[in-house]
Order: sequence, then structure tokens, then C-alpha cells
Amino acid sequence: MQAKKRYLILFSAGACVILLFCFGGIQVPLSKRGSNRRDDRSLAGYHPGARWRRVPGFLQPFSTWEKDHSNDLNPHISPRQKRDINSGLYTGKRCRMESCFDFSLCERNGFKVYVYPQQKGEKISESYLNILSSIEGSRFFTPDPGLACLFVLSLDTLDRDQLSPQYVHNLKAKIQNLPLWNEGKNHIIFNLYSGTWPDYTEDLGFDIGLAMLAKASISTENFRPNFDVSIPLFSKDHHRIGGERGYLKHNTIPPFRKYMLVFKGKRYLTGIGSDTRNALYHVHNSEDVVLLTTCKHGKDWQKHKDARCDKDNAEYDKYDYREMLYNSTFCLVPRGRRLGSFRFLEALQAACVPVMLSNGWELPFSEIIDWNTAAVIGDERLLLQIPSTVRSIHQDKILSLRQQTQFLWEAYFSSVEKIVLTTLEIIQDRVLLHTSRSNQMWNNLPGGLFSLPQYSTHLGDFPFFYAKLGIKPYPKFTAIIHVVTPLVSQSQPVMKLLVAVAKSQYCAQVIVLWNCDKPLPAKHRWPSTSVPVIVIEGESKMISSRFLPYDTIPTDAVLSLDEDTVLSTTEVDFAFTVWQSFPDRIVGYPARSHFWDSSKERWGYTSKWTNDYSMVLTGAAIYHKYYHYLYTTYLPASLRTMVDQMSNCEDILMNFLVSSVTKLPPIKVTQKKQYKETMMGQSSRASRWADPDHFAQRQTCMNKFASWFGTMPLVHSQMRLDPVLFKDQVSILRKKYRDIERL
Amino acid sequence: MYPSGKYSSRGPALIPRMKTKHRIYYITLFSVVLLGLIATGMFQFWPHSIESTADWTLDKRSVHDAPLIRLSVSSPIPERGDLSCRMHTCFDVYRCGYNPKNRIKVYIYPLQRFVDELGVPISSTGLSREYNDLLSAISDSDFYTDDVTRACLFIPSIDVLNQNSLRIRETAQALAMLPRWDKGMNHLLFNMLPGGPPDYNTALDVPRDRALLAGGGFSTWTYRQGYDVSIPVYSPLSADVELPERQPGSRRYFILSSQTAIHREYRAELERLKEENGEALLLLDKCSNLSQGAASARKRCYKGQVYDYPQILQESSFCVVLRGARLGQAALSDVLQAGCVPVVLADSYILPFSEVLDWKRASVVIPEEKLSEMYTILKSIPQRQVEEMQRQARWFWEAYFSSMKAIGLTTLQIINDRIYPYAAHTYEQWNNPPVVKWSSVNSPLFLPLIPPRAPGFTAVVLTYDRVESLFRVITEISKVPSLAKLLVVWNNQNKSPPEESLWPKVGVPLKVVRTKENKLSNRFFPYDEIETEAVLAIDDDIIMLTSDELQFGYEVWREFPDRLVGYPGRLHLWDHEMGKWKYESEWTNEVSMVLTGAAFYHKYFNYLYTYKMPGDIKNWVDAHMNCEDIAMNFLVANITGKAPIKVTPRKKFKCPECTAIDGLSLDQTHMVERSECINKFASVFGTMPLKVVEHRADPVLYKDDFPEKLKSFPNIGSL
Repeated sequence: MQAKKRYLILFSAGACVILLFCFGGIQVPLSKRGSNRRDDRSLAGYHPGARWRRVPGFLQPFSTWEKDHSNDLNPHISPRQKRDINSGLYTGKRCRMESCFDFSLCERNGFKVYVYPQQKGEKISESYLNILSSIEGSRFFTPDPGLACLFVLSLDTLDRDQLSPQYVHNLKAKIQNLPLWNEGKNHIIFNLYSGTWPDYTEDLGFDIGLAMLAKASISTENFRPNFDVSIPLFSKDHHRIGGERGYLKHNTIPPFRKYMLVFKGKRYLTGIGSDTRNALYHVHNSEDVVLLTTCKHGKDWQKHKDARCDKDNAEYDKYDYREMLYNSTFCLVPRGRRLGSFRFLEALQAACVPVMLSNGWELPFSEIIDWNTAAVIGDERLLLQIPSTVRSIHQDKILSLRQQTQFLWEAYFSSVEKIVLTTLEIIQDRVLLHTSRSNQMWNNLPGGLFSLPQYSTHLGDFPFFYAKLGIKPYPKFTAIIHVVTPLVSQSQPVMKLLVAVAKSQYCAQVIVLWNCDKPLPAKHRWPSTSVPVIVIEGESKMISSRFLPYDTIPTDAVLSLDEDTVLSTTEVDFAFTVWQSFPDRIVGYPARSHFWDSSKERWGYTSKWTNDYSMVLTGAAIYHKYYHYLYTTYLPASLRTMVDQMSNCEDILMNFLVSSVTKLPPIKVTQKKQYKETMMGQSSRASRWADPDHFAQRQTCMNKFASWFGTMPLVHSQMRLDPVLFKDQVSILRKKYRDIERL
Repeated sequence: MYPSGKYSSRGPALIPRMKTKHRIYYITLFSVVLLGLIATGMFQFWPHSIESTADWTLDKRSVHDAPLIRLSVSSPIPERGDLSCRMHTCFDVYRCGYNPKNRIKVYIYPLQRFVDELGVPISSTGLSREYNDLLSAISDSDFYTDDVTRACLFIPSIDVLNQNSLRIRETAQALAMLPRWDKGMNHLLFNMLPGGPPDYNTALDVPRDRALLAGGGFSTWTYRQGYDVSIPVYSPLSADVELPERQPGSRRYFILSSQTAIHREYRAELERLKEENGEALLLLDKCSNLSQGAASARKRCYKGQVYDYPQILQESSFCVVLRGARLGQAALSDVLQAGCVPVVLADSYILPFSEVLDWKRASVVIPEEKLSEMYTILKSIPQRQVEEMQRQARWFWEAYFSSMKAIGLTTLQIINDRIYPYAAHTYEQWNNPPVVKWSSVNSPLFLPLIPPRAPGFTAVVLTYDRVESLFRVITEISKVPSLAKLLVVWNNQNKSPPEESLWPKVGVPLKVVRTKENKLSNRFFPYDEIETEAVLAIDDDIIMLTSDELQFGYEVWREFPDRLVGYPGRLHLWDHEMGKWKYESEWTNEVSMVLTGAAFYHKYFNYLYTYKMPGDIKNWVDAHMNCEDIAMNFLVANITGKAPIKVTPRKKFKCPECTAIDGLSLDQTHMVERSECINKFASVFGTMPLKVVEHRADPVLYKDDFPEKLKSFPNIGSL
């Protein structure tokens, strides 16, 4: 018994010790056993239960003020010298804007881009021609290299795959001979394909010197942050301008589509980049995860054929790619031989949320686009987890990812022009550091190409971000009356208009834009009003000057008026309250419509009374001041000159512009009297409206504008906004906007 | 566990055969063992915060108790960091694995003291206060695991925050000694002061294989984008000085320079700026008359005048943060804390946490070369933007700079976001200060879409037992061209719906859903039967709407798919006497709600109403059998920030015989109850989300002097 007892005591004591030890209760300095043997090293001072614990008591701070912050300075060399050293040191693969770009070229003349003249006998691919013509058509273009800040080669560098028929030979020599090359400084080189079978390197086959790369399929290792630009791979059929719209027409609830995840494409069996696609069949379930590969490509695919090929090929032929694309929630975008693939843009346009499986691909425009909001970034190594990952994504997230794909597609990718402009704007943002777009401008509607930081870097100054910032537009407007006829009598319509507008409780200021050939009338001839009236003499007397972003506009809202517009104070008040709900749109009175004239194969313009409208004339409309800025800077000089020469169509152009930004129709509000052309008979501007050419001109304008925009941005609306009690069977005394009903 | 298992299996079998005396003995012994077990268990699983206080009182451990490790001269040295390292090449994701919480697990090595063969420590400070705080914070966070086998990320307890205090070679050897080092894979080092004289490298010089570096003072050439994390240089003043948050606004000085270690070339340039712009600039320097020491860190001087630092920073709109020998400056933290907008002059510097933080919102970065233009550049920034930057600066400090804990956990969250990108924090989560998060609206239906007409809408008719009226409603609605489907929600459990043959014959599918309970919220359930985006909610007594009115309502909804588009409008008003909200159904000039007795809306809002309604509103509505429409209006306005759209003129919607405008609605108690609902919902939402507008939508040619037959919707407003 005693023995048993002793045995038990020993045993339980041992158990206790071991347990305590296991849980780290006792620290035994095992390191004493340590030797130089590698296996033992792994145990040095360390045992499985040991853990980090806070050390109590006084400890030294990691740095002391005197030692690390105060005196670390004196020995170091002149910062100016250091900068010079850097620019010599960090070239080639280590190029950054600081070291490889000459900012001074841009300071003199702003951000201007020069395109080398095309040389005879040089063949240039269609895609590259599209890139060049997009630059030449942009507001950045300059034909004078002396003014340029950025240079673009006219030598086709898009396809640097030596086996490709598009490959341009002797590029190295050709480039070195360019007199302006200057080691590539301030040059940008566009490239879609580089390297070739079997290793598909990212080398372009010539020395790019200090030039920036705008390259597709660029890897993070080779990507020089804030220097290169990653562009998407686009096909030669990609639209030059305008571009197709996204396919998303409505937000279905629940947001799931027939398939969860799809892919259809080639697989390469061997060599670089083949692993991921070869492994896809593991995840394929032929129900909602449909990942199809074919081995058929090239001539000798059967040589490398593996055991799965026949089965895969058969399955591959069973499905239609388009059908899958439109009916899937997620689309897999695995790398091909190169990191980027066409699948990416296809999925984006189809509102099929891309699931990236391309490790190390620097995603297109990653510098400015937050891809986590529009795509799922997967890891090739975790292919097997992909189905459970995408299934775990909440439906609210899917809804937002899907809408974001459409926004990004239409903002930056749908045409070659947008891709090129985005590239240029990114570089411009780097150059003009202090007037650059914020992340929010790039990643929210309407996107960076329509949010120009030169107007303001403050989001609250734009019409698009009020809700996002939780703020409201300034609750007053500035009226701008465009005057072209001389002042002869005090009963002229413009006088009445001025008084009526100035009486509005929301009016902050009236600006009279004197675009009349006669000299300015004396100050006392203008009616006295409670708000300031500023008379600006138009310098050019051109009609576009009504849309200049005058500094004297202190409000967010502008009420644009023709001199012969007839409006009452009530109408103005009501229109302004409506505008406050729709600060990004044109809110006004006279409406017009466009239609497709299929017999003549062109757009038609109508001023007839119709059941819908797509334009609101700016002879009486409220809109955000920012559109003045956009009109003046975003639109090309060619369109503005056309408008000025005809003294017509400026209102149509403004409607095109605003609708292309918002993708929405303008808003018509009630007007007491209909804005009839007959009324114009009595007014001073009779000539303009009675002119038979006038209407034909407007028709021409429509088609000119549509061709510049590359698409028809106007959108129809069938509704008009009236005061809540408009024409209701209730005492007129109850109504706030009674004047609108009185005839 | 093995020994105790053995013991317990044998113990009970022995006990019955033993004498009582022995039995007591064994039981005591058994309890002792058990108690021991419990104690160790408690020790193990007790919340760490309590444990650490226990450390202070009971456990007198100190750094000197940590095991001592002697490094041999020949001990291996890791390779220098590989500049091409990226997450997909140098980081082992398999260790992190798939995990439903999408959270990485972080292991921290236990503390050890490393000395070389002569017994000289590898670091002059050893474990610093800050590193101790940092590791403690991580071990208290839910990133932490003490199971080394489950860890995805490893953090050495070797303190490398300040390279100046390190012996580089020996530190590297110590790192390589770590049991899981494995070429530094998945190891994270924190370093705030990299480099050393004379040329001050911008990254830690300690060879570290593939380890990730969370470094303060990276330049674009040493920072491995998407791999390293740029962190701030912690300022001890963060903990020592409490600066109250100041309201954004204009300040006494425009630009302030408070750093003491500014290169003389730059100081000369600042002086020049000061000459040009006078009082707007304040250039401070060390106080020459004060003795060195901690106190001198808290004083700055200008021409003999002494200022308190960092308090003085609060007196300026902009504060200069110039590079010193190093790019990262602790002054940045002080400046942010003061709510002063930092003007960063440090070429090629990677700002702290720049992977996720949008520094454009909180700072101005000016190339060093442009120092002389600083004043002009800053003057060009709109005042409103400056104020937002001041607020943002302060918020960045509070959230990401204010303590070693904030710095450490932010670093881990950034790495976490890379490993689980689909669950990453959003831009808004990282960058919007609470006040913006609260007031801003991110509509879930943000894309400007005008859905095609073709799919039409699904009419959802809520009914209880008014079959006759229901059939009239169905007959009327079925005339609307864009009707795609009729869904009758039969809310009466005691009575079956009429036989199929009795229902009116309509040209579209008609489905009847029977509910389990008579609840108002049943009308807003996202039924699978609703296949269109557009839903028309309609009561079984709304028989006065014409087909034109309904079709027009649908057309308007297509233009505003993210809003409620309805017929009868209502208003909420602030009752000044009572000091609360009031419901109004009179003929008002304003509208803030539309009744869902007849309204079009997106099916998404059904889903929101059913699953995302805040607080107990849903139950409240069901219990009171009222206000489901008000709740819906609150919900939609709150999430979209937009007002509903009332369509077409006011008219009677129910029976023409009824004299009251909306029958029941005029009932006094009913009105009181509706007012109560508004107050209740406003308190649950914590705000009044409803938006008031003064417009309604009519067809373009409504009431215009134009032939009726040419109008698309002639039959509007008629009874």
C-alpha cells in the first residue's frame, strides 16, 4: 500500500510539473542544453509553450530627442547636391519622377504633349494610330516640341513580340536617331505586348532610357511606381472614341446570376504561366462554377497534349462564351502567357465581377483605381479556395462591385481615347502635384476625366460629391444674362427679366454679359436692385463667352438667361429649389428633343411639343458653375469655334456635355407661359430664330457633337417637375408658387 | 495531458478498495492536481489585460529575467533584404490559409536577451518602452495567437526600432537564430529610425532575408510597394502631451516651422520666405539659453521669445515637416496631433501608411526644390479645403499615430487587407473621419441607370379579406401596359383566398402568397416571385388610380430607380411648441414621404426592409399595425440621402363616395400615432433622414394647351 501511495504521489507530482511546464507556467532555461547543432538551435531559449509577455517596470525609450532628432543633421551633405546625385543614381529600372523626369519642361507651358510626326514608310498598327489620334485630338496636344512637356513616339511600340507581324524592326536605331529623344527623358512609350515564346520577358527589345512606360501586363517587379503606368490590354477592335456602354441594365435582387464563376479560354499545357489554367479543372463543377479550357491552339498542340485534353476540349465546346459572360456573377481572369488578358476588359464591360488570378500583375491604372471596389483579387496559389472565397462575398458587396465595374469601364476603359487620356491625366497629376485629383475623384462618379482638379482640389466645389461629403450646395444662385442687343428702352424684356430675377430670394448676384457691339450703357440705365448687378463686357463678343467660368460668380449655381427670356420671380424660385435636389443636372424651362432619323441615318433635332425631351435650353436654366469650367476647358477648341462662328448651338453643346458627365437627362420645370417660338417674333432676337438656317444649323450641330463624343450622350425624360399643388383643386391661397398657374 | 489522463483513469478504480484514511489522502491529492490544472488553465486563458496588471503586482519579472542567448561569431547571417520581394514571391500564404473571419494570426517570440561571445548585448537599449508597448498591444489584440503552428505572421521580440542602438551584424545573427526564421519568411520587423551616419540609408540596414519591414522613413527606392509597410516615427509627445482638438478654422499663423534640425540651406530659404511674408510665418528653433534635456524638447524659441512645444503648433494653419538626415520625422506626428496641416518637404519619402491613407486629404507635399514657392502654393488652397485637412490631420493622428498600439495594429490590418483583399477595409473606412462617416451617404444603387422599360414591374397587393375591392384593384392594374406580374400577399390566416376560378382574368401571371402571420412587413418581403427590379406596392382599396397614372409612375421610377415613387404625398414637420416631429397630411406645398399604399420602388429596398431595418422598427411596425410606409420612407431616405418623388396631382385614391380625403387617415388618433412613429424612427435612426422637396412629377405636357390625344398620358388627375 505504501509503495502504491508513494508511487501515486510521485506520479501526480510529476504530472503537475509536466502540466505546468506545458502551459508555460515555469520557465526552464533550456538554452543551457544549446549547442551549435542546427536542430538544437531551433530550441535555443525557446520552447513550445513560451510566449511573449509584457515586460513590467522601467524601460528605455527607443530614441532620445537629443540624440536622434536634434543633432542628426549637421554632418549630412547639402540637400541640393543630394538631389543631383539621386537623379544620376536612380535611372533605368529605378527611375522615378524625381530622378528621370524633367519637371521644368512642364512648368513653362503647362502639361502639353507632343507627338512626333509620322515618317513615310513606317508602318503603324491601327491601335497605335488610334492612340496617336486620341492624343492629337486632346486638349493636351501641341504641335510644337518646344512647348511640350511630354513626348510620344510615332514609332509603333505596341507589339514587341518578335514573332508578331506587327513587330517593328530596328527600333533601337530609329529611336536613337530622333533629335528630341534626349535619352528618353519626358517620353512615354506605349506597349501592349513584350517578349515572346518561351519566356515572355517584359523587355521591349530596345533601350527605353529614361522614358516612362505605359504598358499592359506589367509585373509589380518591373513596374516603377509613380513612374510607369499600367494600361489594360485592349484588342485592335477596341473603339477609338465613345465606346460601348457597359452591359448592366438593371440591378437584379438578389444579385446572383445563373453561374457563380466562369472562365473559358486556352490553356498552354507547358511553359510559363500554364500552371494556373492547367489546374482550373479542379474547381470546375459544371454547375455554377464553370471553368473551361481547351488545348487547341497553334499548330502543334497535339504534341504536348495531356490526358485531360480531349475531355476538356469536349466540355469546352458545350458552352457559349458570351452566354456565360452575361450570366455569371464572377468571371475568372487567370493569367495567360502574359499577366494581363483580354478577359479582364470583357468581364468589366459585362458587369461580371473579375476574379483576378494573376500573381504580380500591376493592375491597370492601379495608381488611381482602387480595384478592391470592382474586382476580387485572388492568389494563384490559393486557386482551390477561390470558390469558397467568392461564395463568401456578401450580396450587398456584389451589388456594389458590379456597379463599380460599369462605372470604371465607362469612365476609363471603353475606348482607346479614354485609356490614353487616363494615362495622360495620371501623368499630369504627378506633374502638377498641387492641382491633382484625389482618390475620391478618380473612384467615384463621374470619374477623373470629368473632375478637373484645375478647377478646384476641393470636392465640395464640384456638383457630384455633395451626398458623399454630407453637405449641400450653397443656397443661392448667380444669374448671368447674355445681352446682344443695345439698350433702347426701359421696357425692354431684359429689364423686366433683370428685375424679376433679382427679386428672387435665392439670388446672390446678377451678371450682365454685354456681348453687344454697341458700347456699354451708362450705369444708371440699369434698374436698381437689392442684389449687386455686375456688367461684364464680353471681350470676344462670342456666344461661348456666356459659359466662361467667371471669377465673379460667387455661388455654386448659375442661372443662365437669354436677354429675351420671360420669367417671373416665382418661377425662378421654384426652379432653384428643384435644382438643389439635382445639383449635377441642368434644370430649366424650355425643353427640346432629339431623335434618330433612320431615313437619313443621322440625328434629328426637334423643337416641337413632344411627350419627352432630352435637352433644356440654356436660355433659361440653372446648373452648376463647374459646367462653365468644363465647357471652356474640356471641350475641344474646334467645337467651341464652330459654335461661336454660327452663334448657335451653344445650348445643345452644353446639354451634350452635362449628359455625357451625368448619363442622365436634364430636368424641365413648369413655366407659366410656354416658351413659344412665336413669342420671339416680338423680341429683339427675332432674326436668330426666324432664320431658316437656324434650325438646319442645330441639326448639323447635333451630328457634329455626337461624332466628337463618339456616342449620343443625350437621354430622354418623360416627366416635368411641377410645384406639389400645381393646378390642384385647392384654394390658390394655399399654394406657394401661385404665379406659375396664373396666366 | 497524457499523464493526467492516465491518472484519472486509474484513480477511481483504486479508490473503493482503499481505506478511508487513504481515500481522503488520495482525494486531497487529486484535488491538488486538479486545482493546479485549473490554475494553469486560468493563467493561460485569462484575458490578457488582466494578466498584464497581474504582472505588475505579483510577477516581478524584468528584462533581466529573459533567457540569455550567446551568439557565436560564426553564427549565420541572413541575406540582405531582396528588393524584388512581393507578397506573391516572398510571403507564404499557405500559413494564413482560408479563414472565415478573414483575419491573420500573429505570433510573437518570447523575450530573449542576445549577447555576443564576449557577453556584450546586441543592442544598447535592449527592449525599448515603445517596442514593449507595441508587442503588448498586438498580444492583446485578436490578431494574436500563442500557437506558433497556427501563426501566419511572426514578430520577433528583438527590438530594431532604432538602428542607432543596434549592432547590425549581431542583430542579424540573432534574427537568424529565431526558430521559425526560415529565411525571414512571414516575419515582420518594426523599425522607425533606419540608417546611420553619414549617409543614412532609408531602410533598416540589418540583413533580414525576406522579412517584411514596417519602416519609418522609406524612400521610393527602398520601399517595396505592396510588401513593406511605411509607418510613422512615433513621437513620445503623443503620450506625454494632451492637446485638445481645436475646431478647424483660420489660425494666428499661416505657416509654422518648428523643427530644430533643419539644414542651413533650408533654414536660409525659410528665412527668406519669412522676410517676404512677414507675420504669416513663424520660424522657431532650439532655445539656446535652455539646458539640454527633456525640457528642451518642449520649448522652441524665436528671437529670444520662448514658445511651448507642441502647443504652439495649434496656432498655425500649416506646419512645415522638412526632412532631416532621415526622411521620416517624429515632428509629423506632433503636427498632426495639433491639427495643423503638415507641409511635407521630403523628396521620395513614402508617407506613413500611404498604402491605405489618402494623404492628399490631410497634407501638402511639396518638392524640396519648391520650398521657396511654398507660400504661394499654400495660398492657392481654398480655405474650406484647409479646414477639412485640419480635421483630417487630427483624425489621422488619433486613429493611426497616437500610440504604439495604433501604429502596430494599423500595420497588421494593412497586411491583413493584402492577404484577404476581398474583405479589406474600404477607402472610406480608412480615410473618413467619424463625422464624415456619419453624415455622408453611399447609396447602394449608385450607378446612374435608367432601366429598360421591357421587364416591367411586379404589383404586390397586400390584402386581408376585402375580396371585392381586391378584385377591382387587380382588374384596374392589369390594364397597365408595363405590368409584368401580380403578386397578392394574402395576410389572412383564418380564411383561404378565393378559388382560382373566381379571380379576375388578367393577361399577366397572378400569384397568391399566403403568409404565416398577419404582419404589415409581409408586404415588403423580397419574395422570389418578384422577378423584376420594380415593385408596385399597392393596397387592396386603391381603385382610383388610372392606368395612365400607373404607367406614368413606372416611367418616372425608371428615371429614379433609387427612390420611392408614389402617389399620395405626406410631410413631416417640426412642432416647435411640443419640441418634436409631427405628421402632416394636409394640402401642403412640400413632400417628404410618399405612402406605400401606392408606390413604385426597387426590390432592393424590400431586402433592406426585411433584413437591414435598424433597431426594433420592424417589430414595432408589426406590433402597432401601422407606419410601415413611414418606416420604408425613412429607410430609403437614410440610405440614399434622397427625397421620394410624388407623381401626379392630388386626388382621392380610394372610393369616390368617401368624403374624407383618405378615409382612415383623417382619424385623429391615427394622426397622433403616425406622429409618434416619426419620432420613434427618428430616434432609432439617430437623425431625421427625410428630405423635404417642393416638387412633384407630371407628364411633360400635363395641363398644357395641347390636344389630349397626342399626349402620352392624357388620363392623369381625372377621377
